[in-house]
Amino acid sequence: MSGPAEVEGLLRDLAPQVLTALLRRTPDFATCEDAVQEALLAAAVQWPAEGLPANPKGWLITTASRRRIEMWRSETARRRREEAVVALAPPEPPPTPAVDDTLTLLLLCCHPSLTPVSRVALTLRAVGGLTTAEIARALLVPEATVAQRISRAKQRIRASGARFRMPPPAELPERVAAVRHVLYLVFNEGYTASSGSALHRVELSAEAIRLTRQLHERLPGDGEVAGLLALMLLTDARRPARTRQDGSLVPLAEQDRRLWTAAAIAEGTALLTETLARAPIGPYQLQAAIAAVHDEAARPEDTDWPQILALYDHLRVLAPGPMVTLNRIVAVAMVRGPRDGLRELAGAEAEPALAGHHRVDAVRAHLLDLAGDREAAGAAYRLAARRTLSLPERRYLESRAAAAGPTHVQGRWDRAAQ
Amino acid sequence: MKYVILIHHNPESQKIWESFSADERAEGLKVYTDLNEDLAASGELIVTEALAYPSEGLRLAGREGSAIPSDGPYAEVKEYLAGFYLVDCDGMDRATEIAARIPEADMGLVEVRPVMDLAAFEL
Repeated sequence: MSGPAEVEGLLRDLAPQVLTALLRRTPDFATCEDAVQEALLAAAVQWPAEGLPANPKGWLITTASRRRIEMWRSETARRRREEAVVALAPPEPPPTPAVDDTLTLLLLCCHPSLTPVSRVALTLRAVGGLTTAEIARALLVPEATVAQRISRAKQRIRASGARFRMPPPAELPERVAAVRHVLYLVFNEGYTASSGSALHRVELSAEAIRLTRQLHERLPGDGEVAGLLALMLLTDARRPARTRQDGSLVPLAEQDRRLWTAAAIAEGTALLTETLARAPIGPYQLQAAIAAVHDEAARPEDTDWPQILALYDHLRVLAPGPMVTLNRIVAVAMVRGPRDGLRELAGAEAEPALAGHHRVDAVRAHLLDLAGDREAAGAAYRLAARRTLSLPERRYLESRAAAAGPTHVQGRWDRAAQ
Repeated sequence: MKYVILIHHNPESQKIWESFSADERAEGLKVYTDLNEDLAASGELIVTEALAYPSEGLRLAGREGSAIPSDGPYAEVKEYLAGFYLVDCDGMDRATEIAARIPEADMGLVEVRPVMDLAAFEL
């Protein structure tokens, strides 16, 4: 007997394999993908009730192929009726043998002709084997939106002339970078939404880790893929400690570190150590290294802030951005004191990249709080609460603003911050 | 990230619309259908709706109270919500680019508002 959960896991593993098997015979991505979805739905109904077939993958390929032929026939019949012409399309050139089908599929789903939101939806369905409904719940958008995103993405891939085959070697680095970014987005989406209502939702961060593992297996030499996987593992390890029962956020410095997942930290650290020793450094590896330094501190006050600052100094050069600047300034404050951090913040916010960024006030509030300037911290927390775009963050900042009242304990400077 | 694009109307914009010829109206509406089509194709559109006049709406006096017409006696001079888009796109810059395609933007009647999300400050 196989439970629905077991069947679901099996189907998700087999989904890209079945799709690539079909694509090898007929490179019509849109039709093949639809056929595979229908085969997966049929299996999800039949298998838990009737038991697994002797060869689940073969069963799926056969069912999907039949469905694809039916679709092709009805499409041909429709065309015949409409045009009364039987003009066979010129035969597709046979696809070149791919180094690896799952990688080819990932690259196709993250095709440059698609917007990031469409890449995410298509990847989750075609490679992740999720249903449209599951993707919709996970992304917190209506099912119709996801259905439309997927069908339009497939049309666009068809229109762009993209085929199920490996891109030329010269394009590969850029295309793989797009895949990494999509997997990063999927992870972030899941990590972000974990404080929301989690009922019946697919764990997107777990899904991102699963897909990144697959990518890492295909491209073991890519240091940034390894770095991304390590970053996900080292970040996800803190998940059990980062929200309270009521869904409110717990900042890093206040998390119960005994709740962190030791196995994920060990795996992420080992992977990162091995990668740093052999591959050219990149932004994902640096972010993973920063996460690792946080994760290895048993108490917040044990955090190696000089090390974190050095890593942010590198990251600022390799991948500059507002969040890197702000996090680096927090590290400056932890190493050299909050007043130094505030000075750097004043300089940084004059630059166009950071001017008006909604997290500037949150960082200023935090540094003023560390410096023991309760009144100014309270005002900055209130301003930050008004400017944030995140509900849990607003609640957190409001609670900090309230705590910065007259009875607030001074000298929080020696308490480590996130 | 999600953004709501709010389209307001006022007596002045209403007058301009009413003064349009049939062709001009068709052209104006085509701007919207083109925009909707592009947003559907890019996967960014979640929903868009045009709203009935405020005179057709009701405002609640309280949860147990009665509902009164939402349009007061001076309806003809005020600005009101005429339609909206909910889009899911890359960021404020992209949302602004989308909003700028709405004809009412020329009259300062289009507003872009970020939707609160659940993002946290790690990572």
